[in-house]
Formats: sequence, structure tokens, C-alpha cells
Amino acid sequence: MAKVIRVNMTDLTVRTEEAPAAWAGLGGRALTSTIVAEEVPPTCHPLGPNNKLVFAPGLLSGTAAANSGRFSAGAKSPLTGTIKESNSGGTSARLLSRLDIKALIFEGQPVGDAWYRVHVNKDGVTIEQETETLGKTNFAVLESVASRFSEDFGVLTIGPAGEQMMGIANISVRDTEGKLRSFGRGGLGAVMGSKKIKFITIDGDGSSPIKLADPNAFKAASMVFTKTLKDHPVSGQGLYTYGTAVLVNILHEAGGLPTKNFTSGQYEHHEKISGEKMYENITARGGEPSHGCSNGCVIQCSQVYKDTAGNYVTSGFEYETIWALGADCCIDDLDIIAEIDNVMDDLGVDSIETGVMFAVAMEAGILPWGDGKEIIRLLREEVQKATPLGRVLGGGTLAVGKAYGLTRIPVVKGQAIPAYDPRAVKGIGVTYATTTMGADHTAGYSIATNILNVGGKVDPLTNVGQVELSRNLQIATAAIDSTGLCLFIAFPALDIPECLGSAVDMINARYGIKLTMDDVIGLGKTVLKIEHEFNLKAGIGPEQDRLPEFFELESIAPHNVKWDMDQKELESFWNF
Amino acid sequence: MQITVKLFATFREGRFKQADRDYPIGTTVANVVDDLAIVPSEIGMIFVKGRAAEMDYVLKENDALALFPLLGGG
Repeated sequence: MAKVIRVNMTDLTVRTEEAPAAWAGLGGRALTSTIVAEEVPPTCHPLGPNNKLVFAPGLLSGTAAANSGRFSAGAKSPLTGTIKESNSGGTSARLLSRLDIKALIFEGQPVGDAWYRVHVNKDGVTIEQETETLGKTNFAVLESVASRFSEDFGVLTIGPAGEQMMGIANISVRDTEGKLRSFGRGGLGAVMGSKKIKFITIDGDGSSPIKLADPNAFKAASMVFTKTLKDHPVSGQGLYTYGTAVLVNILHEAGGLPTKNFTSGQYEHHEKISGEKMYENITARGGEPSHGCSNGCVIQCSQVYKDTAGNYVTSGFEYETIWALGADCCIDDLDIIAEIDNVMDDLGVDSIETGVMFAVAMEAGILPWGDGKEIIRLLREEVQKATPLGRVLGGGTLAVGKAYGLTRIPVVKGQAIPAYDPRAVKGIGVTYATTTMGADHTAGYSIATNILNVGGKVDPLTNVGQVELSRNLQIATAAIDSTGLCLFIAFPALDIPECLGSAVDMINARYGIKLTMDDVIGLGKTVLKIEHEFNLKAGIGPEQDRLPEFFELESIAPHNVKWDMDQKELESFWNF
Repeated sequence: MQITVKLFATFREGRFKQADRDYPIGTTVANVVDDLAIVPSEIGMIFVKGRAAEMDYVLKENDALALFPLLGGG
């Protein structure tokens, strides 16, 4: 029996229910968004007692399917005021699925000052008061859990930023190597902090392997699926070798690499922060160029990055992180960027929101351009200690821009715009403006078709076809985010028909159902509409489905382009 | 005529990162690809001065040509 576990943080009680029939075909984002939309009042304060924090493994999580180790976290976001789904790798998705937990829902809010830890195992959920790790950073929490309890537990934790309910706070998830992955975006760490939960541990002991309705059909579909991932050059080869940072040089060449707080589309020192340079450093220093964020990953886009002395610095060293601190903050040194990445993991802050925020802080004059050491000092001395300046920085990109009276504040619905300039890559501008999540490249990754020539070609520099491209990608993404599969399966899926087909076959064989591809696309549409409806009721309407004005006023080199899409055309996004 | 050729990712192996090279007038992207012994089916992205181009694009004096294998990220 698939379970839904409700943890009430107001009266510290736990209720385990059978998952309602209506939720049977839902997982991951489809489930977190359904629960948030049904149960959270859209106008509630995100940090108040009426918000809920929901974790849900995907439909295929816990199975032997390749790249199925992702899960979703959902809530109303304190950063955007919208519904939020963020997803992460790590070990917990698999453990939750094997414990037959379809959703773990945190409700209410403690009235006193005490903090808690929550433990999940085969017998249910327990809540204990927590004092030892309060104020501690994430790596200290992991050490504490390992020494007090077990090294094998799944761990979901917040650092000092989450405890202080900052907008940049993420929820960190222990990975297979005992390092961290993140539910990065939207300030979900602040929601967990508002419920006074320092960490959640998951013990999979005594759980059983997933029961498949049709094991033979599952195995057959799984083999086809894995083959498509290995056959496609992006998922089978490119990401394995260079990681996502290979995009630095690509976006630079295409003139869409936002530089110095979005004032240019090219960064003169791009080579120094490129995927090629990263690969060179990693192989020279005995790091690992290829590495998975969860069990069963065949793409291996992650890596282990070491310093010149061969000591571990960071892992999961992503393009967006490197871009934000590199091109956007003008730090031309991959080693310092890696060090900052480690500090961000330790404090529990989103590396996109934090990186973009620091570029705005540099424009505000809080610190000099390119000063990575000062970023580390500000993170450790101001953000971690929650000083007044630390709280302004911890509020995120919009908070800093407003505090300093700036107009060039790259956010949509309060969330920082990631690593692709919408003036030079128009399709991603449509995604930033229209997604239910606030600026989020993953919601509809038009870069694939605008720049990478995956899934066809659509000219990035004209407005033609961009709304349709973004819409199709956003629908497909909402469906993929519900499966527990890594979003990078979209690369083979866009070019090889058997990829998504076999994924649907796996879902059918797992549950003994007969979904068609149309059903899955229908699920994606339903998810987007549920989320959109929530946002409208929260007071976030079409007038906020737009990019900041400076993109219309300032053109960007080298293509000398502005954002010039008609607002009515943008609004036609929702015609489906 | 002089063309700046920039190579990326695996295309750099055994070749170069960036080089100014002389080609006759009328040279296409395909001619350069052939000259560098790159397998055409391995090409994912072609940019000339930051704009996407096709294999039959005829290069002009001082063009910068960037060649990438099929890559992705996000």
C-alpha cells in the first residue's frame, strides 16, 4: 500500500494514510504540485503555519530504471510567492520509494522556540527535539548524523541560511558519496526552517525492493531506455566527459553568456572557466571527471573537483554555478569558484540565486568585481552569522537590488535569471517569463533547440516560433519531472522516439497500467495548469509573466539585441 | 584569406584551440571541416561570428569560425 505520511509540526503528531486513488498516477512534481494546490491556501504567507512542505519521489524512483534517482520538493515559495517545485538527486528518493512512501507532507508550525529532527523508517515517522546541530553548517550536520545515528541514512538538511529563513536557502540532500545535492531554487530551505526542522533522516533498513507489476516488460523497456541514453551523443558522451560546464564556451560563442550582471553576452576570460578547462584541471589533479548524483545514473554529468594539492573541493560543479560566479561576477579562476561552491553547499544556499545576487551586489558597490575571496568572507562572516548585511544578501537578488536602488535586477517573479541571456536566446526568455516557477531555465530548456541543435533548430535571435518551442518543452518537462527521471533524458528524448516511449513502458510495467504517450503529455499539461491556477489565486497574474524592463532598454553585445517580444504573444503561451 | 578557426571539446584533441589559417576565397565551412579531418557527422554546432551557420556557408576574409561536437548541459 502506497503511503502518504503527514507530519504536523504544530502539535508534533504523525498521521499515515493510504494514498488516495486520485493520486495513484502521480509522482514527483505532479504530486507535490497537486498537494500544494489542493491543500495550501494560495494567499498564505510562505513562512507561516498554512504553508506545507511536500517531498515526493517520482513514479519510477527506487526501480532499476537508469537515472531514476530524482525526487521533488514542493511548497509555496518565499522567494517568488508562487507554487514551487524543486528537484534533487541524492540517496533519499530511492529510500522513500522503497519504504513505499508516496509523499511526505510537513504541515503547521511549532509555537515555541524549539527545533526538531524528523526520522523516517519502516515503522513510520518520529519527531525529536534537536539542539546539537543548531546553527551548524550542512557538512557538520552530515558528520553529526553519521556519528550519532548512521552513515547510511538519507539526509535532508538546512544550513544556517535555512534556519534564518533566507530567500537564498536551499534544502540539501546527502548523496552516495556523503556529499550534498540540493533542492536549490525558490528558498525552500526557508520553508523547512519556518517549520523548525533542522534535518530529516531516512533509514531504508527493512524496506523491500519495488514490486513490479510486470517484471519482464519492465526489464525489456528498461534496456531500450538505457540504450537511448547511451546512444545519444549528449547524454552518452558529452556530459560524461565535460559536465554541464561545457556550455560556457558554447554560450560565449553564441553571444548569450550573461556577463558582468547582464551587461554583455560574452566574457573575455571564458576559456579559464570552461568545461574544457575543468576537465584539464580534474584529470591533472586526480579528481573524477565523471560522477553520478544518484544510484543508477548512466549520464554522469557530475564530477569531483580537487585543488592543486589533490584535496577535495567540490562535486556537482555545474555550469550555472560557474557562470554566475565566473562570467556574471567576473571571477576568472575556477579554483576560487569551486571553493565558493563548497561554502555555498555548507551554508545551504542556492548557487544560482547566490551567484546572481553577488553580481548585483558588485554593481551596488558592496564588493569589487571579480573578488571571489570577498564573496567567501561575506558568506562566512555576514550571511552565515545573519548580520544585517548578511540578511540583505541572504534575501536574494531582488532584495539586494532594491536595497541599493538598482534597476538592472535580473529576476522574474523575484527569482534570479540563470545562465542564458534572453535577448540573445529568445526561447529561454519565453520560459523565464511564463514558467510557473519564476525565472528557471530547467522549466523549458529552449537552449537545446535554440543553440545546441537538439530536437531541431529554432533561430535564437528572432521571436518566431519561441512561444511554441517553450510551451512544448515546458509541458514535456512537467511530465519528466513527475517520473523521477533526470531531466537530462530530454536530450535523447528530443531526438530518439524510443526514449520517452520506453519510459512510458516502464511506468506501465511498474504499476500495471496502460498509459499512452498522449496521457503523459496530458499529465504535463495538467501539472502546468494546476500550478498556473495556484499562482493566479496567489495574485500572480499575466502582468508578472514578463522580463525585467532593462532587457527592453539595454541591448547586449555582440549581437546588439534587446528583448522585444510582444506581451500579447507571450500571454498566448497559456493557450493550450 | 585569413580565417580564425576555434575548436572545442573533443575537436581539440590532436588539433588546436584556436588558429589563424589561410584558405582560398570561396572556402566553405565543409572545406575547413575536411581540411581538419573532422568527421562531419560529429559536428553539433557551427558558429560564424557568433551566428549559427551551415556546412555550405561560404566564409569571408577575417571570419571567426567555431566548431563544436554535439554537446549539451543545463
